[in-house]
Amino acid sequence: MAIITYREALNQALKEEMARDDKVFLMGEEVGFYHGAYKVSQGLLEEFGEKRVIDTPITEEGFTGVGIGAAMVGLRPVIEMMTFNFSILALDQIVNHAAKIRYMSGGQFKVPMVIRGPGGAAYQLAAQHSQAFESYFCYCPGLKVVMPATPKDAKGLLKSAIRDDNPVIFIESETLYNTKGEVPDGEYLIPLGKAEILMEGNDITIISYSKMLLIAEEATRALRGEGVSVELINLRTLKPLDKELIINSVKKTGRVVIVEEGWRFGGFGAQIAETIYSEAFDYLDSPIERVASVEVPMPYASNLEKAVLPDKDKVIAAARRI
Amino acid sequence: MFTLGYIGGFCHLYIGQEAVCVGAISSLREDDYVLSAYRDHGHCIARGSDPKKVMAELFGKATGLCKGKGGSMHLFNAEKNFLGGFAIVGGHIPIATGVAFANKYQKKDSCVLCFFGEGAVNIGAFHEALNISATWKLPVVYICENNRYGMGTPIERATSLYDICQKACAYSMERDHIDGMDVLAVRKSVEKAVKRAREDSIPTLIEARTYRFRGHSMLDPAHYRTKEELEEQLKGDPIITFKDKLLKEGILSDSTVQSMEEGIKKEIDEAVDFAMKSPAPSIDILSEDLYI
Repeated sequence: MAIITYREALNQALKEEMARDDKVFLMGEEVGFYHGAYKVSQGLLEEFGEKRVIDTPITEEGFTGVGIGAAMVGLRPVIEMMTFNFSILALDQIVNHAAKIRYMSGGQFKVPMVIRGPGGAAYQLAAQHSQAFESYFCYCPGLKVVMPATPKDAKGLLKSAIRDDNPVIFIESETLYNTKGEVPDGEYLIPLGKAEILMEGNDITIISYSKMLLIAEEATRALRGEGVSVELINLRTLKPLDKELIINSVKKTGRVVIVEEGWRFGGFGAQIAETIYSEAFDYLDSPIERVASVEVPMPYASNLEKAVLPDKDKVIAAARRI
Repeated sequence: MFTLGYIGGFCHLYIGQEAVCVGAISSLREDDYVLSAYRDHGHCIARGSDPKKVMAELFGKATGLCKGKGGSMHLFNAEKNFLGGFAIVGGHIPIATGVAFANKYQKKDSCVLCFFGEGAVNIGAFHEALNISATWKLPVVYICENNRYGMGTPIERATSLYDICQKACAYSMERDHIDGMDVLAVRKSVEKAVKRAREDSIPTLIEARTYRFRGHSMLDPAHYRTKEELEEQLKGDPIITFKDKLLKEGILSDSTVQSMEEGIKKEIDEAVDFAMKSPAPSIDILSEDLYI
């Protein structure tokens, strides 16, 4: 097993899929000559040329629509959002078009495309660059939503997303790009729609995804050190949600903490909680706890930013409440 | 059929604008592509769709083009490369541009026609798409059907430059403006633009000046325009004027016209009959066609 960064894992996935299938191309702002705003596409232009690594004008709605049109007639676009904060400029294309074309046409057309890039807060990027939008996309039937937490997941899930025939929203994180982890040698895929149990336990289930998983993991280690048997779930895919794995865990532990970066009100954690209340209410020994961001636009100052976001201590405190 | 309650939802009629889609689409090959906005019945039929399946879709029946899931504003026909049927103003213009991108990517010489109304030229998607296709030289022909009203708002109250084809200048794009009530003029202009797209991969914006004889949708009595204006425009009915021209030139005879009109009426009656007799979609298909 090689140890590589999350960024390298994504880069490898893109490289392997572009080499495998010449219908796959990468399009977005600064993906070519600049090698990506976060260098995820490093070296791709040199390897695949300008035809397949395409720099766009700053025009999210335009190039997302181009991806949809190309996907409708047989290509497999990977559209990079420099950050998902900008994806809302393309929300009409994503929600009204990509997500609905297959259904509206009675199954005559499909839209096999991936829209990927970092989401959520990074380091003092302030209000307009620090938003976790996954619940926007999860709300809309027709989209799949994937949020990898580790280099291994990033590579295996991105390769699966590119091969998937549906529009897939693939949200990465600026703060994860430099994180390192083991990645299996050779080609591998991680299926969409399947969560994993990262650590098994019997007392509390902690559910998280993307970079919040790392915080949940720290909290889990601390709690386990105190003798609390925590089961930690890495969701990997938010939609379709692996309900079965979640429910089975809740049946075992009876207590749940959900950790997400989004705002609490209408956040994705509320949906997980609803799923548990609907399908495993009788197994719960206490109300579900949620750890989410404070409901304000992200402030700039470092201490204020820290106060908004979930952290290890907030997760531990939530676990102690139940 | 709408007033009788067989067609639901919004229903935007194409009456008055026929010369645009017929003239334009008649210049295409089978491997070309067509995308339209929500006033799409004409484009879908002109592309060769079976009127029975179109009518059944309007009726929301299982035998419709889209199994009753699309409706009037979302007609699609993969067999005829008719890619929709889109009801967010201007939203399909980047998508048509993407189809052209794919054709160029795959070294195909297919062309894309993208139809929209003049109401779409003030929205961002139009400008983003035109900038992309002009910068990347994509084989697409944008056809703006300027029927003078965006719903109830006349063009003079909606945009600062009425001469819509001039908007192409902002993108150094080829342009043309034509009489959209003259089917041959439309065809001539579109043929030229299609050739340019096919052979040189250069996009064009064509403004076809036309007029819709009915309101924005079936629910609109069109009080925002005068009776005199409508009457004046009706004199230029593209079907009648073209018929008169062909009669005058001796290309058609009265008896041919009569038999054609009877044939068309029969075709429509058969389409209505087919739609009436077709079953509603089964509830079982509700969640189908969402994910693969």
